[in-house]
Amino acid sequence: MMKGLKKWRLFSLLAALTVFLSGCGQEELSTLLPAGQVAKDQFNLLLLSSGIMLFVILVVVIIYVVALVRFRRSKLGEDHIPEQVEGSSTLELVWTVIPILLVLLLAVPTVYYTYKLGDVTAMGAVDDEGNAENLVVDVTAHLYWWEFEYPELGIVTSQELVVPMDEKVYFNLIASDVKHSFWVPAVGGKLDNNVENVNKFYLVFEEDSSKLKEGVYFGKCAELCGPSHALMDFKVKTMPRAEFDEWVVAMQSTKKDKDDAGDTAAASEGEQLFADSCISCHAVTADVKSPYPNLTTFGDRNRVAGFMDHTEEALKEWMKNPQKQKPGNEMPAFDHLSEAELDAIAGYLMGLTVEK
Amino acid sequence: MSSVAQKKGFGSWLWDWLTTVDHKKIGILYLLGGGFFFVLGGIEAMIIRIQLAVPNSDLISAGLFNQIITMHGTTMIFLAAMPILFGFMNAIMPLQIGARDVAFPFLNSLGLWMFIFGGLFLNISWFMGQAPDAGWTSYASLAITSEGHGVDFYAIGLQIAGGGSLIAGINFLVTIINMRAPGMTYMRMPLFTWTTFIASAMILFAFPPLTIGLFFLTFDRMFGANFFDHAMGGNTIIWEHIFWIFGHPEVYILILPAFGIFSEIFSIFSRKRLFGYTSMVFATVLIGFLGFMVWAHHMFTVGLGPTANAIFAVATMAIAVPTGVKIFNWLLTMWGGSIKVTTPMLYAIGFIPSFVMGGVTGVMQGAAPLDYQLHDTYFIVAHFHYVIVGGTVLGILAATHLYWPKMFGTMLNETLGKVTFWFFFIGFHMTFLIQHWLGFWGMPRRVFTYMDGQGWNSANLISSVGAVFMAIGVIVLLYNIIMTSVKNVPVANDPWGDGRTLEWAIQSPPLYYNFTQTPLVRGLDSVWIEKQEGNESGITPAVPVQDIHMPHGSIIPIFMTLGMFIAGFGAMFREETSWGLPLLVFGLAWTFVCMAIRSLKDDLGYYVPKEEILEDMKRERGRK
Repeated sequence: MMKGLKKWRLFSLLAALTVFLSGCGQEELSTLLPAGQVAKDQFNLLLLSSGIMLFVILVVVIIYVVALVRFRRSKLGEDHIPEQVEGSSTLELVWTVIPILLVLLLAVPTVYYTYKLGDVTAMGAVDDEGNAENLVVDVTAHLYWWEFEYPELGIVTSQELVVPMDEKVYFNLIASDVKHSFWVPAVGGKLDNNVENVNKFYLVFEEDSSKLKEGVYFGKCAELCGPSHALMDFKVKTMPRAEFDEWVVAMQSTKKDKDDAGDTAAASEGEQLFADSCISCHAVTADVKSPYPNLTTFGDRNRVAGFMDHTEEALKEWMKNPQKQKPGNEMPAFDHLSEAELDAIAGYLMGLTVEK
Repeated sequence: MSSVAQKKGFGSWLWDWLTTVDHKKIGILYLLGGGFFFVLGGIEAMIIRIQLAVPNSDLISAGLFNQIITMHGTTMIFLAAMPILFGFMNAIMPLQIGARDVAFPFLNSLGLWMFIFGGLFLNISWFMGQAPDAGWTSYASLAITSEGHGVDFYAIGLQIAGGGSLIAGINFLVTIINMRAPGMTYMRMPLFTWTTFIASAMILFAFPPLTIGLFFLTFDRMFGANFFDHAMGGNTIIWEHIFWIFGHPEVYILILPAFGIFSEIFSIFSRKRLFGYTSMVFATVLIGFLGFMVWAHHMFTVGLGPTANAIFAVATMAIAVPTGVKIFNWLLTMWGGSIKVTTPMLYAIGFIPSFVMGGVTGVMQGAAPLDYQLHDTYFIVAHFHYVIVGGTVLGILAATHLYWPKMFGTMLNETLGKVTFWFFFIGFHMTFLIQHWLGFWGMPRRVFTYMDGQGWNSANLISSVGAVFMAIGVIVLLYNIIMTSVKNVPVANDPWGDGRTLEWAIQSPPLYYNFTQTPLVRGLDSVWIEKQEGNESGITPAVPVQDIHMPHGSIIPIFMTLGMFIAGFGAMFREETSWGLPLLVFGLAWTFVCMAIRSLKDDLGYYVPKEEILEDMKRERGRK
C-alpha cells in the first residue's frame, strides 16, 4: 500500500511539474507572460491567490490522505464501532477563523487593484494648451470586426490597433450591433463592448511587439456574438512613442497623398476596380469612418479578415466567398469578378501601406 | 391500490405510471427523464470536444456549434442535473423525515410533467433545424437578434420546465416544514433533507426572476415588446442582472443537494456521526443566503464600476468560508471512523479533491481584477465543470449507487460501479484540468474552432481524449443498470449495513404507503440510535397500526401541461401563420379547463385499511 502510494506521489509530482513547465503559453497572447502594467497587476494577483489556494489544497490533501490511510475498515476490523464524535468547537473555530484570514489576505489587494485598474479620471485631462494629455482610442466592435478611432488625432483604422509604449492608453468601448468583449490577453484583462453604454478603461503596453514572432499581440473577442465569434480576432502593434508619432503623421497624410496622387497619375486597374466595387463600404484613407472596415493600412496587416493568412490568395478566397470563411459576417460575395479583376484588387489592397 | 396490482396488462401498467402521484414513482420518472437528457447533453459535449480536438476543424459549422453549446449547457443544468436531483429528493427525502408522501402529491406530478414537456419542447427545436444558439445565458443583444425560432424554443421551453422546478421546490419546502415524523425536530433532520430544504428555499426565491426574465424575452421576440432593445429605450444589461440573480443561486441549488448526499455517504461509510452537524447545517444556510448576494461576480467585465466590483468580489470570497467549514467537517467525519470504500464512498472520496479544486478557482475568479483576465476563457469553463461535474455530477452518480437499492430493490454491481468511477474520474480531470491553462494561454470560451499556431493544440487534444474516458464511464454505468435490472436480485432493508436514517429501516423498495406505522424519532441518525440500543427493526413506532389516508392518482397533470406545450407553439408561430393565435388561445384555454376540473372535482383520496397493513407486516416478518 505505502509503496503504491509513494509511486503515485512521484507520478503526480512529475505530472504537476510537466504541466507547470510546459508552460506559460505564447508571448503574443498569454496572460502568464504579462507585457504591461495592467496584466502584471493581474498576474501578481494570480500568483497571490494561487499561493493561498495551493496552501489550502495542501492542508486538505494532507488530512485527507492520512484519514484515508489510517482509518480503513480493512485495518480496523469489520466489527469496529468508532466513537460517535459530535464535533469540536475548537477545531471548528480554527477552520472558520483561518479561512477568514486567508480571504482577507486576498480581499485587500483585490479591492486595491479593482480601484487602481478602474481609475479613468485622467482620461479627459488636458494640458495648459488644451491638448489631451493621454491617448484615447474609441473601440467599436462590429459583427466580427473591430474599428479603432483616435478622435484627437482624426484617424481611423480597423482590425489592427496601433499604440505607443510605456504610457496609459485609454479606451472607450462600445458595440454597434450585439455585445462583444475587448481583450488583449498579454496586456490586460477584458472589458465588454456593450450596446447601450460606453465602457472606459486603460491599458499600458510595455513591450515592443516588433520583437514578437509575428510582430503583433493577439486580441480576441471574449463574448459570444454569433457564429463567427471565434474568428473575431484583432492584432495589436506596440511601438516607442516616437515611432508611433511617425505612424500618426503617415496616417494623417493618407488623404492628402491620395488627393495628390489622384491629380498626377492615372489610377491603377486595381484601384479603379476598388473604386467601382468596394469604396462605398471600405475607406482607404485614415480620415473616414466607413461603414465597414477601413482598409488604409491593409498592406501593413498581419491577417486577412482578422484570422486568414496575409496573402493575396487568401484575400481572393475571402472576396469570392466571405460567408464560407466567416459565417454571418455582412460582406457580400464578389464571385462575379473575374480572376484577373480579383488579382488586381488584391494587388492594390496589399499595396496600401503607411509603414513601408 | 390493490385493484391496480391485479390488472397486469401493459395498458394499466402505463396508466399507473402516467397518473401516479406516489413520490417514489415520481422520483423514478424524474431519474429516467433526467437520465435521458443527461445522455443527450453528454452526446452534445462529445461533439463539442471532437470538434475542438484539432485546430481549424470543420466537422460542424459555426452556427451548429453555437446551437450545440447552448443546448449542452441548458440541457445539463435544467433538464439533467436538476431533475435527477429532484428525483432523489422525491424518492428519499419523505422517507428520511418519516412521511408517507410529499405535501402536494398532485403538484408533484404536475411539476414532473412540466419538466418533461418543457424538455421535449426545447429539444423539438433540433427537428426544426433551429435550436437555441445564444448560449445557455442567452444574453439579450444576441438573443434578441438571433434568427429563426431557436431562442423562442429556449424562452418557452425553459418557462415550462422552470415552472415545474418552482412547483417542486415549493412542494419540498411545505413537506419538510409540515410532514416530519414526531420527534424529528429541525436539528435532527438528516443532512440530505436539510440541503433539500435550503435548495428548495433558494428555488422559491431564484426562479421567479427567471420566469420574469423569460417572459420579457418572450414578449420581446414574439409580441413586439422592447424590454431589451436599447434603441427603443430598453436595456440589455437588465437581462444579465435578472439572469444571474437567478443563475447564481441556481448553481447552489445544484451543489447543495450534492453536499447533502455526500454528507450521508461520509457518515454511513465511515460508520460515524457527521462531524459538526450543527455547523454543517448553519454553513448550508449561510451558503444559501450568500448565494443571493454575489450574482454580479458573473458581470465583473460588464463595466459596473470599481465599487460594485469590489463589493461583489469580497462577498464572493466570503462564501469560501462556510464551504471550507463543510470540507473540513467531511474530512473529520472520516477521521477516526471506519472507512469502507464502496462505490458511493469512492465517489465521495473523489469528490473532495475535485470540488476543492473547483472551489479555489472560484475564489480566484472572485478577485475581480484577476477575473478580467479569466472571465469568458477556458479557465471559467474548467472552473464550473470542476464544481458542477466534480460536485453535482459525482454526487448524482454516488447517489445513484447509494439509493438504487432503496429505489429499485436491487443493488448495482459494485465492480462495474468502480470501473465507471475510475473512467469517469480520470477522464474528468484529464478533460478539465488542462483547460485552466488554456484559459491562461488566452483561449476564449464558446469558440467553434481555433487557429493553429497559438499553442493550444495539444492541450485541446488531451482535453478531448479525457472526454472519451468520461463517455466510456457513462456507457459502463448504463450497462451496469441494464444488467442489474435484468438480474433483479432483491435486497434487504439496509443493503449497505450501516444505514443511519429512517429510509434504511423500511423495505427496499418501500411499500407504497412507506411506513406501516409513523416512526418516533429520538435523535439524529435515529435508526443508528435504535440499533445501538438493540432495536433491530431500527424504528420505534409513534402510533398504533391504523388506517392510512392516501391520495388518488390523476391524469390531469399531463393534460394541464399539454395545454401549455400547445400554447407555446401557438405563441411561437403567431406572427407568421394564421393558426398560431388560435392555437395559443386553445392551449391556454385547455390548461384553464384542466385547472377548473381539478378545482371543482372533489377527490378526497382513500384509506388503506388496517387489515392490509397488518397483512403486509406479517409478510415482512415472514421474509426475515
